[in-house]
Amino acid sequence: MKSSKSIFRIVTGLYLALFFAYMFLPLIFMTIIAFNANDIPQITPWKGFTLMWFGELAKDNQMWSALWNSFIVAFSVVAISVPIGLGGALLLTRLQFKARNFVYGVLVSPILTPGIILGISTFLFWDSYMNIPGGLWTAILGQSTFISSYCMLLIMSRAQRFDLTQEEAAFDLGATHRQVFWKITLPFLRPALISSMALAFMQSFDNYNTTLFAIGVEQTLPIYIGTKLRSFISPAMNALAVVFIVLTVIGAIVYEYRRRREIIKAEMKITPEPGTPVLRM
Amino acid sequence: MRNFWNTALRDLGKVGVAYILITVGVWLVFMILIPQLIMFDYSLRPMLPLREIGGPKDIWTLKNYMVFFSNRLHMAIFFKTIWSSLIVTLTALALCYPIAFYLAKVARGAKVGLLMLGLIIPYWINELLRLFAWQIILADMGILNQSLIFLGIIADPINFRMGNGAVILGMTYAYILFMVFPIYNVMESLDRNQLDAARDLGASWLRIHYKIVMPHAKPGIAVGCTMTFMLAAGTVAAPQLLGSPSSFWFTQVINTNFECANWNLGAAYATVLMLLCVIFMFIMLKIFKVGLKELTQ
Repeated sequence: MKSSKSIFRIVTGLYLALFFAYMFLPLIFMTIIAFNANDIPQITPWKGFTLMWFGELAKDNQMWSALWNSFIVAFSVVAISVPIGLGGALLLTRLQFKARNFVYGVLVSPILTPGIILGISTFLFWDSYMNIPGGLWTAILGQSTFISSYCMLLIMSRAQRFDLTQEEAAFDLGATHRQVFWKITLPFLRPALISSMALAFMQSFDNYNTTLFAIGVEQTLPIYIGTKLRSFISPAMNALAVVFIVLTVIGAIVYEYRRRREIIKAEMKITPEPGTPVLRM
Repeated sequence: MRNFWNTALRDLGKVGVAYILITVGVWLVFMILIPQLIMFDYSLRPMLPLREIGGPKDIWTLKNYMVFFSNRLHMAIFFKTIWSSLIVTLTALALCYPIAFYLAKVARGAKVGLLMLGLIIPYWINELLRLFAWQIILADMGILNQSLIFLGIIADPINFRMGNGAVILGMTYAYILFMVFPIYNVMESLDRNQLDAARDLGASWLRIHYKIVMPHAKPGIAVGCTMTFMLAAGTVAAPQLLGSPSSFWFTQVINTNFECANWNLGAAYATVLMLLCVIFMFIMLKIFKVGLKELTQ
């Protein structure tokens, strides 16, 4: 019995090690290559440590303008998707109506739609019916179509835990709708709103499929990367990958830290200390 | 209905109700429904020179779809997309189920956080860069060929980019983590006591999974499969970066139609891809007997 348990442990450990090796080794190779003075993006032959590929990347004006476009698009997507997501979440958690499940299905459908379809349909609508040619604006709208669904789901999961008696108490004490929203509902939803802003930003910044078909001749960073990787591959792309990986690692650590803190906070709230204000988040 | 408006206005106020109606209305009508319908409308009309649009020839017809169904090469590419996406989905499910279970029910404490981080980092790294990593590995002078030559298994480098293998490998790597998180999320809510009880009563681990864990994880498995299949079938980047020029994929066919300025045919092909994903989703709902509502929770 005991030996079978330890075998099980070894198998599990081995499996985890293999899985994470599979996940990380390709990324590690890609990172190391960024520092190889070899013209071809490969580890061998190793021609010495260099930072020249980062310099080459920094000299590429196309990259900077694509990066700038990516920021414009991502901030606009946040500005559109989070308010829409909030509206959707309030509709589905606060109002009772017969077609609720159906509306819910339609509002999450963009997540389950291939990105290429969203890109094409957005482009066709705006280009031929509204006479707005493909560009940053159509990319923003195409991305917001499905990113709003993600924001809605995130905000909904928190809104569902909202204690309605808080609002009722406020109304009983004579508060207006505006006061209730700004003093009770919004502070409660704040963590979810912040996460949905972060999520919307990253989803937009990383998006390729939808953007490719909606954006026309403009470029965001992923479109720029895609174009480069299809033509001549230089280790400058590895340098860009390293920048992405470093930012992602930092982002992931911050996100995970915040999430853990939220969980610990939630656990502590089950047994509140006397005098702890219940409303404060 | 009047009751609905009364409650809505009482709970949320005029401004609140207006806010919801405007935001959701714009989203639903101008971003979700109309673009989709217009794509469908495009797919039903023949490609015409500009001056004939709106004229007597501009009528609804299934001609664009007939072009697809009568093109044997495109049909073959379409079926290749289906089975490749199925392979990717099943591989992802087989590899991710144990990881999700381990994370949700076996690992404890700080280990969970660390492993989660290990999944979140590759999950967040841009899809193109994840595919680029495999482009490097599978290149003629890449690490895989170099290792195989070094070990004396092969004499000359293999062209991994020929055929479909590289694309399938890349898709699996790029989309596998979309399977982990949905399954993990549902498994986390499974009561550990149920597992302990079953074990105490002498159930084998196979039986525990078949009778307790899997039924509980069904919605997560359905979401994971739907997402992974949709991403694989709709991927543009994987064939672009890892495909060989001699072997096309369905998204590339769609793309070519648009590049040849035949938007109507492109729209028809895009609609076919859309239908494929919708049908796959409903098959998943049927197999796992979950409702649309459970699917995305």
